[in-house]
Amino acid sequence: MSEEAIPHLIIRKKSGWQALPIRELWEFRDLLNTLATRDVKLRYRQTAIGVLWVVLQPLIGAGLFTFIFGSVAKLSTGSDKVPYFAFSFAGLMVWNVFAQILQKASDSMVGNAHLVSKIYFPRMILPLSTIYGVLLDFAVASTLMIALMVIYGIPPHVGLLFLPVALFMAILMALGIGLWAASLNVTFRDVKYVIPVFINFLMWATPVAYAVSALPPAAQAVVNFNPMAGVVESFRWAALGTPVQNWGSVVYSAVASILLFIFGAMMFQRTERRFADVI
Amino acid sequence: MSDIALSVRGLTKEYKILHNAEKHNRVTDAVASSVKGLFKKTEVETFKALDDVSFDVKKGEVLGVIGRNGAGKSTLLKILSRITEPSSGEIHLYGRVGSLLEVGTGFHPELTGRENIFLNGAILGMRKREIERQFDAIVDFAEVEKFLDTPVKRYSSGMYVRLAFAVAAHLNPEILIVDEVLAVGDAQFQKKCLGKMQDVSREGGRTVLVVSHNPVMIQALCTQCLLLKQGTLEGVFSPHQAMQEYASKAVSIDFNTKSHTDKPTIIAIDYASEGRAHVAISGSDLTLQVTYNLPKPILLASIEIRVLRDDATIVTLLNSEIAGNLFSLEAGTHRFNCTLPKLALTPGEYTLDVLLFEGQDGYSKKSISTNESALLLTVTSGDFFKTGKLASSKYSGSFFQDQIWETTNIKPSVIRNIATKLETM
Repeated sequence: MSEEAIPHLIIRKKSGWQALPIRELWEFRDLLNTLATRDVKLRYRQTAIGVLWVVLQPLIGAGLFTFIFGSVAKLSTGSDKVPYFAFSFAGLMVWNVFAQILQKASDSMVGNAHLVSKIYFPRMILPLSTIYGVLLDFAVASTLMIALMVIYGIPPHVGLLFLPVALFMAILMALGIGLWAASLNVTFRDVKYVIPVFINFLMWATPVAYAVSALPPAAQAVVNFNPMAGVVESFRWAALGTPVQNWGSVVYSAVASILLFIFGAMMFQRTERRFADVI
Repeated sequence: MSDIALSVRGLTKEYKILHNAEKHNRVTDAVASSVKGLFKKTEVETFKALDDVSFDVKKGEVLGVIGRNGAGKSTLLKILSRITEPSSGEIHLYGRVGSLLEVGTGFHPELTGRENIFLNGAILGMRKREIERQFDAIVDFAEVEKFLDTPVKRYSSGMYVRLAFAVAAHLNPEILIVDEVLAVGDAQFQKKCLGKMQDVSREGGRTVLVVSHNPVMIQALCTQCLLLKQGTLEGVFSPHQAMQEYASKAVSIDFNTKSHTDKPTIIAIDYASEGRAHVAISGSDLTLQVTYNLPKPILLASIEIRVLRDDATIVTLLNSEIAGNLFSLEAGTHRFNCTLPKLALTPGEYTLDVLLFEGQDGYSKKSISTNESALLLTVTSGDFFKTGKLASSKYSGSFFQDQIWETTNIKPSVIRNIATKLETM
């Protein structure tokens, strides 16, 4: 090598808008894995029934919805073959993926402040690492779903192939909002209190416990404005074959999820360099 | 092959300090003040934590970074380890960097020792394969084999620190950045860590950058020493030179004199023995001299000087009030002399914290000026006992004690007496 050896790395002030530091994330993939497994390992440590909570949580949720909307309000699932319990369980499955990633990602920077201020790594690792645990819960819920389909005699159909697409949309959307919220949370801790309220509000504005078709037409337009509506409806269609009221809303969801993700990632990267100074 | 490991050019880091504006940690505050801000301009003062710093480090070198609090040491390390980015300037790194700003970053109390090794390793930038390869060495070094599957929350603090350092010590980057992490753990383990770091630089030909207040460590470990002062580079010296420079520069600190003009400031501090400045000899009289600039008069003033050993224990405390002196001072410049007859400190390096108090013990006494590590005191060996024998640096202990020795011949009957007395007790 000559005197002008090529530096391994140059540190200088960064500028510009880069959404995804893909090369860096790949370099730190082991850290991503380790942090994700840490969260999974820690979650149910020192709980009496441990992993059973993963099974119980969605069952209890779906049970409540079935009682209130199915038995008391007697809403229709849009399909005669699909009982309310399976209907709301499927809705909750995809909703939980969205809600939990959003919740955990938005808290990931502040929750790991000791790491952020002491060590370098692409900060996006932290929100990204939350996906693993949530998907693990999803996998457990999926086996329950299969059991429910067998019990109720709901045959799988070709739409099942669409299921990963709907799931992916939910993840992208949650990450998009979550990344943005995480970077805001560094400066404004209010975010921590806003997010649970936002999630709760959004859940009722999303057809999780009800079908869009069960709403009056005026309300349908409002609900379809929410990009999560198309995600939940298409997910449920893929799993159970319940009709999607408006396929336009699904296309809208797909576009919105991609745009939200790019927006969130850019906002995150834009403010990333300040984190250690502010957190 | 180029022998430069890293080169720093014109490195500057600015922080903005807002005046007339609180930091907004609430959205409502921010919104409210941005509305107000339309009418009122907030004053923004920029504070330069680092100002145009340039230096090169050769491969295989161990570079010490010293300087007082606020000199920019930590900022430099944070930029080098990419935790925060510079405002301007560049650093070229020729090799993989590992940084260790804290022992046990990311350790989780609920996880077992084994799990924490992998977690901490990954956080420090080690690949999983690397950790697996070094796993046994790490466990050996930390001496925690029996407790590998116990959650670290049940570890003793010593074990915890040992394990944490062990992981870090097996990080094998080409450039290692270390911040005073050796200030933890017991003395024996500290030595082990020091040894490990020496091995790293000597055998591995790796470059080490270390920030420390510990003169012993700096002198034992470093080949070159960087002296920072208020964000600017004073120069690159040999470790010995640097420590002297560091000590003699004393405090010409003007702790942001502009913004805190109402606070007393030290404008000079020094020590002398046998008529020579910067000299302290065990057994000789030592005079400490502190010059304060007081913007306001103080009715009841007292000075306290804490003498600290390099492991941060206070060896002795000099307090004018306890010694019977409360001063009444007018505004202006005042010089205080504190004479220590027959210095009892053993040879070595000490740092002095200097504090100025207003009020009387028990009657609203409060500190009005604090200067930590205001002065580095190097005590050399002297003839404390006036026996013509120098107590060498091997002499262990913190201070000399005058001692009177004698012996008497005890008759056998007396011994028997003592024995029977003991039995009847």
